[in-house]
Amino acid sequence: MAETVDARGLLCPEPVLLTKKVIEGKQGGTVHVLVDNAAAKENVTRLAENKGWQVSVSSNGNEFILILSR
Amino acid sequence: MVPSAGCKPVGLPVIRAGVRFDSDFSPPDFAVMEGWCVMNKRLLLGVAGGVTGLSAVALVKLGNPVNYGLCIACFLRDISGGLGFHRAETVQYMRPEIFGLVTGAFLASLFTGERRVVGGSSPFARFFLAFVAMIGMLVFLGCPVRAALRLAAGDLNAGVGILGLIAGVLIGVQFLNRGFSLGKAGSQHDLNGYIFPAVSVVILVLLLSGATFFFASKSGPGSMHAPVAASAAAGLIAGILAQRSRFCMIGGIRDFILFRDTHLLTGFLTLLIFAFLGNVAAGMFKPGFAGQSIAHTDGIWNFLGMMLAGTASVLLGGCPLRQLVAASEGNTDCAVTVAGFIAGAAFMHNFGLAASPKGVPLAGQVATVAGLVLVFIVGLMGTYRSSSVKGGVSYGGNG
Repeated sequence: MAETVDARGLLCPEPVLLTKKVIEGKQGGTVHVLVDNAAAKENVTRLAENKGWQVSVSSNGNEFILILSR
Repeated sequence: MVPSAGCKPVGLPVIRAGVRFDSDFSPPDFAVMEGWCVMNKRLLLGVAGGVTGLSAVALVKLGNPVNYGLCIACFLRDISGGLGFHRAETVQYMRPEIFGLVTGAFLASLFTGERRVVGGSSPFARFFLAFVAMIGMLVFLGCPVRAALRLAAGDLNAGVGILGLIAGVLIGVQFLNRGFSLGKAGSQHDLNGYIFPAVSVVILVLLLSGATFFFASKSGPGSMHAPVAASAAAGLIAGILAQRSRFCMIGGIRDFILFRDTHLLTGFLTLLIFAFLGNVAAGMFKPGFAGQSIAHTDGIWNFLGMMLAGTASVLLGGCPLRQLVAASEGNTDCAVTVAGFIAGAAFMHNFGLAASPKGVPLAGQVATVAGLVLVFIVGLMGTYRSSSVKGGVSYGGNG
């Protein structure tokens, strides 16, 4: 089961910090990140892509689910 | 093919047309698309910084005080005076730039569907941090934006201030790394998110229609201003660009320290460079420490004032400009933060704590040290973000 980082309700840089903590401890796999603002979506995406993860996004109402995989 | 997450086209056709990736851009190619997006966003940040820097210089040419083209802290202080919250008669003016900026950011978030009405993440702690951050900014005499603008005009005291700002961000980052968090915001009724931008739009319309019932300085910096329409337009454009690009001065330094990520720093640097080029072109570049406009040469307090502003801003999540933009997007915590800035400015001027070109009064020095102690206490005590990994379910839940 994929790990989930629930960063809804948080402003940057917290969503990025939380995501960083998780993906730095993993060689690969899938991590789901939940965010609810566009800036957090972009910043988490940038961090993950810089660290070599592929990111896809889907939106669910006011929330975004980022699926990080490597 | 899954589209890249960050790959929403930016809202400004001008920028899109100008991107040089356009010619070899082929949507099915994931790698090219990604490159296009990253490039596009950085370009947008560069445009936001460059346009803001140049318009600040233009506003000075049109009448704003020298080195004071677009200073969020100074303008909020002037607005605090314009509303009669403080009695410093030389710094009272309803700066249309701020109301234009809020209107621009509000409209941009509305048209791009990025409006999110949220709040409830320690609003009063935010008010307090903003209040204290304003102490630091009015001891230095400027927010991070003005620090860059001052340096771009040759004011080397601002260089000392920026070193203090970097030191403050470094301290703030230590708190973040220990798990500092102001807690999660939750969805709120739409009504909450409309109040702040609506009030700003109404005030902007009043100012554009020539309302004269606000307080306005007859001498001093508050009496110096560009024509209302020019100020409003500059603010509007800066607001749209800042909303689209997530421009943030503090974020630029913070993300570089935290993640070695230079994305937001692009905005900081382009603002500095374009304001510098604008000042040189306009003959307003005068390097030196002494005799700078609305500045003092007391290095220790320039450093410590900005250090205080830097630490408090990191805990708040962004510089005053970013707080204004987020408040315009519907974040009511950030609207409370803006109220904190305005209240802090009133406090500084009502009790003679703010610096002037003569230097920093003793009371202002005491307030800066007290502010640093209080922000450190908040930074140390506000550490309650969960850091434990719960077996593949969920974490990041705090508060």
